[in-house]
Amino acid sequence: MTTTITTTGDTAKPLATPLRSRGHGANVLRRLVRNPQAMLGATVILILLIMAVAAPLLMPADPFAASMFNRLKPIGTPGYLLGTDELGRDMLSRLILGARLSLFMGVTPVLLAFGIGGAIGIMAGYAGGVLNALVMRTIDVLYAFPSVLLAIALSGALGTGIGNALVSLTVVFIPQIARIAESVTTQVRRSDFVDAARASGASALTIVRVHVLGNVIGPIFVFSTSLISVSMILASGLSFLGLGVTPPNPEWGLMLNTLRTAIYVQPWLAALPGVFIFATSIAFNVLSDGLRAAMEIK
Amino acid sequence: MLSYLLRRALYALPIMLGVAFLCFMLVHIAPGDPLVSILPPDASADLQKQLMELYGFNRPLPVQFFSWVWRALHGDLGTSIATGRPVAGEVIKAVGNTMMIAALATLIGFAFGALFGFVAGYMRGSWIDRAASLVSVTGVSVPHYWLGMVLVIVFSVKLMWLPATGAGPDGSDDWHWDWAHFQYLVLPAVTMSFIPMGIIARTVRALVADTLSQEFMVGLRARGLSEFALFRHVLKNCAPTALAVMGLQLGYLLGGSILIETVFSWPGTGFLLNAAIFQRDLPLLQGTILVLALFFVILNLLVDILQTVFDPRIERG
Repeated sequence: MTTTITTTGDTAKPLATPLRSRGHGANVLRRLVRNPQAMLGATVILILLIMAVAAPLLMPADPFAASMFNRLKPIGTPGYLLGTDELGRDMLSRLILGARLSLFMGVTPVLLAFGIGGAIGIMAGYAGGVLNALVMRTIDVLYAFPSVLLAIALSGALGTGIGNALVSLTVVFIPQIARIAESVTTQVRRSDFVDAARASGASALTIVRVHVLGNVIGPIFVFSTSLISVSMILASGLSFLGLGVTPPNPEWGLMLNTLRTAIYVQPWLAALPGVFIFATSIAFNVLSDGLRAAMEIK
Repeated sequence: MLSYLLRRALYALPIMLGVAFLCFMLVHIAPGDPLVSILPPDASADLQKQLMELYGFNRPLPVQFFSWVWRALHGDLGTSIATGRPVAGEVIKAVGNTMMIAALATLIGFAFGALFGFVAGYMRGSWIDRAASLVSVTGVSVPHYWLGMVLVIVFSVKLMWLPATGAGPDGSDDWHWDWAHFQYLVLPAVTMSFIPMGIIARTVRALVADTLSQEFMVGLRARGLSEFALFRHVLKNCAPTALAVMGLQLGYLLGGSILIETVFSWPGTGFLLNAAIFQRDLPLLQGTILVLALFFVILNLLVDILQTVFDPRIERG
């Protein structure tokens, strides 16, 4: 964590920050590109993103067209490359379109929590004192729940639906990100260049914006990316339980749930959507690990 | 140290109260009337009012909260709206069942995770290390509910070695520690063990690598200690942290078992939560979550205390 903190006394020139950060960014990128595992993860994520964006062009059939005569065709059936689901809908098309909702449900909560939790943590860390204690003890209560339990408690109480699932997952990740943000901000706040800025009469907002943010955003961002993998598993898990996404929308967790009854008829077909959840989750995990190593954050 | 332990224990109290408050609020963030699941749609306003009074939903929120906490302290978690049975009894039975898979999963996960971690930490950079890190990244990335399905497909559907779902040959109420029952425990516990396995392998690898790189290891080696004697030093240095991680994992598994229990129809807390959510049985939801969350808080406290007591390197003022 210490490597991102630059200790120059030069705080008056705002121009110096963007120049330095570009140099740092290029270094990080170069190290990241040289990491084969991270690049493999990035490639998988890119393919999934293309699937999600270009789904209408890639789908061989209508993902909603059901047929009682074509139910549960095995993988490799002519015309249905990956078979058909329990309502006779084309699996390949549904898996491709499923990338949209699945990725959206997995990534959005982390993005929202990155914004909200990051802001809360930086504020608490910079303010210190009573405000810090008040905010962090509240965060501790949320942190006292295992994440799966909190996600299910909240979305269970709120009820089924995409919005409710997103809210629940965001609430799960806010305390985790806020804790990290608070601890790195507290470290930075104690450094000499912040004291110097304060002595030269900079307002709290300016100090946070110019001096603190650039130094804490990296570690907070890297930690947040490490949560995407968990978020993907939890988001699909909620849909798997019947919370979250509702039929007939294709989402990998929900597909896994509805195909579960077919496990004795077409076992491998039933397990297929899970392969995509697994691939996404592992890809985000290795990319995040690579990013952490490239940014030299412990 | 005693003052630290005392403060640590006291600090857990407001957290517990906060946890209780959050569980209490679950009923009130839920949309619609909490009694909607037992009232027929054409129920009269009188009947509705009567039931509101019976369950106490008509009183002011702070009053409801403190009387709920007061009763919870006396072991009364209210009455299930769906079944009419006391929530506490249902939860205790379910926690016992969940504990069986969670404890077994933690043991399996710890044994293999520690093994992988040790080998990887000792042979850093070797192919064994890379294989072990693959195992650990897989363990933390795999959607365990899907892994459960895959294991059912392989061991129940294809090989027919183990039963796919349930908790015993004759219903789930009659558990005995024999193979006929134990075989139902194998797949859920193995599925669940992948989560702690990945995390413990990662932790132990880092701990072993860190210990080996310290100067006292060079000193011990220079004094001519055998590899086995050195290993004992590594073990003693890694054990407290590794065991602490294991303790916390047990809490995570206990709280997070719902997805795996759904796959295996295991009659534990996850099964109870599932029923509570879909029958809109909010007192049952509230009670189950409260017990699991409090268990997690207490486990955290215990792990912290034990670590302070047993690890002489930790000095907490």
